[in-house]
Amino acid sequence: MEISIEERTSLSARSSPFMRALGPWLKPKIVVGGVFVMLLCVMGIFAPLISPYDPNAQDLLKTLQPPGWWGGEHFLGTDHVGRDILSRIFFGARISLVIAVTVVVISGVVGVALGAVSGYFAGYVDFGIQKFVEVVWAFPPLLLAIAIVAFFGQGLGILIIALVVQRWIPYCRVARGQALSLRTRDFVDAARSLGASHHRIIWFHILPNLLQAALVIGTFAMASAIISEASLSFLGLGVPPKIPTWGAMLADGRTYISTSWWLAFFPGVCIFFTVLGINLLGDGMRDIFDPRLKRSGGGTG
Amino acid sequence: MFQYIARRIFGTIPVIILISMLVFMLVQFAPGDPADLLLSDEATTEDIEAARERWGLNQPVYVQYWKFLTAALQGDLGTSFRYADPVLLMIGDRLPATIELAFFAILIAIVFGVPLGVWAGARPNSWIDNVGSFFGFFGISMPSFWFGIMLILIVSGFLNLLPSAGRNTYGIADDPITGFYILDSILYWNWKAVLDGLSFIILPAIALGTNMLGILMRVTRSSVLEVMHEDMVRTARAKGLSEHKVLWRHAFRNALIPIITVVGLELGTLLSGSIIVETVFSWPGSGSLLIEAINSRDYPLITGTVLAYTLMFVIINLTIDIIYAAIDPRIRFGN
Repeated sequence: MEISIEERTSLSARSSPFMRALGPWLKPKIVVGGVFVMLLCVMGIFAPLISPYDPNAQDLLKTLQPPGWWGGEHFLGTDHVGRDILSRIFFGARISLVIAVTVVVISGVVGVALGAVSGYFAGYVDFGIQKFVEVVWAFPPLLLAIAIVAFFGQGLGILIIALVVQRWIPYCRVARGQALSLRTRDFVDAARSLGASHHRIIWFHILPNLLQAALVIGTFAMASAIISEASLSFLGLGVPPKIPTWGAMLADGRTYISTSWWLAFFPGVCIFFTVLGINLLGDGMRDIFDPRLKRSGGGTG
Repeated sequence: MFQYIARRIFGTIPVIILISMLVFMLVQFAPGDPADLLLSDEATTEDIEAARERWGLNQPVYVQYWKFLTAALQGDLGTSFRYADPVLLMIGDRLPATIELAFFAILIAIVFGVPLGVWAGARPNSWIDNVGSFFGFFGISMPSFWFGIMLILIVSGFLNLLPSAGRNTYGIADDPITGFYILDSILYWNWKAVLDGLSFIILPAIALGTNMLGILMRVTRSSVLEVMHEDMVRTARAKGLSEHKVLWRHAFRNALIPIITVVGLELGTLLSGSIIVETVFSWPGSGSLLIEAINSRDYPLITGTVLAYTLMFVIINLTIDIIYAAIDPRIRFGN
């Protein structure tokens, strides 16, 4: 569709301050990524309302049915015990969402807090915290998580601890670096000379400056948390088997891959597009907030 | 230089000791009695008492840790209960398969990731940049286990081109020399076995290497993009060099340091990625050994494998640090 020059000028002239503020956010990366993430949230939050079947209801007369698409009884087919795959995908989104958000929030709070304290106080405190960081970071990614679940057994709480155990470190490193440079800045000196306590300076002057970076790291941490959770579930080290998760569905489907491809295909598609969406969103946000953060994330485990 | 190496090696010793402590604590704090954990289910009460005595489980924790550490330093990581073999030997048997797989994964990542990144960085916003960026995001967002399963489905299942499980066809191989199957076959001049080995390694190596390919592509792109704006590139162009020469002789060379850094950093991710990919392709490496150990609750084998993997990771990182210092003197004299 062609738009004439007059129409274009009138469009830009009519744009409100709100639209102008929105401008930098309307990039393909952010819009596409945002749509995928929204889909995940909608699927997760409304899972009980939009699922056509109970995700755990078995129907042994209808096992391994191929996708029925629009006309069929089971849109994406059924698995080896006759459970509806679409419903399990919706409930799986819920687990991915809950775990990813919890892991990212806990890692963020721990990482930013330790990083801020480490950078602000410097000296021995910094040395101690950084040695600890070095030791935890010395484990290959995911290995420590695998070991923790292997020794402590399956469970939602254990899984979250296992996923947090290394994920707070990128936050801590970046927060420390920024806090180290912030502590000598004039506004911090000014606050100190006015008699502000360490607690007050960290809380009101240092932390607000660390939030943008933490937000960007958080999106990448969320993508890697979703992949790690799926990996652990795939290895049989995730949440207890009763709860449907994408990784566990994939592991089940793997056995039937030569006869019933849909079992493993659809959960994998969901993981891929969710992670892709979050990565696109994170990349777009980083371009807007701080291009200097370019090497602080993007890896997956 | 020597001083720098000595400092880095001494700096690593406390980290290794703390790692061993953390792994030791995992066994200590795991729910249940360590004696139960470290013995098979068939152990009688007397066996458990004997084991307590032998491992000193009645003694204070620090004595136990000391015993664990000194044994580990002598290469004694315990005995697997499932196979009754020393853990260290079992890991050593399986390790070449993992290293071989990792080598081919890195090869695939570099061969495809770096040129894509260079072309994309040389022509930002062109079609090749868009294709490259697509591969970049594809690589970093693709869960390796799902990609592996889909490769098996399409390449092995539908197209019937490559095998989907294992490391070689039974009976083709000669006796191992190094344990690296393809290398051994070359040494024996057994080309049939080389081709056989390659056909088995392609799919798992692609599944394992895709993530690194994506990251490498992105880093190479941004690194080249940065260098292309420097004066020396303009000078090279002004001298009348062809664009090809400017790109590969001048820009690419200067963009190499961040690329090497990322290859180094990603080696660790590759190590843990291999645990999953080996499971998908039934690859007989140390990663699938760890998962077998977890599934059969073989705790000495789990502890040993985790410790071995972590030590490898630490040594790789240390080596990379030292290589950098050799390449770039600024690192040696910095903090």
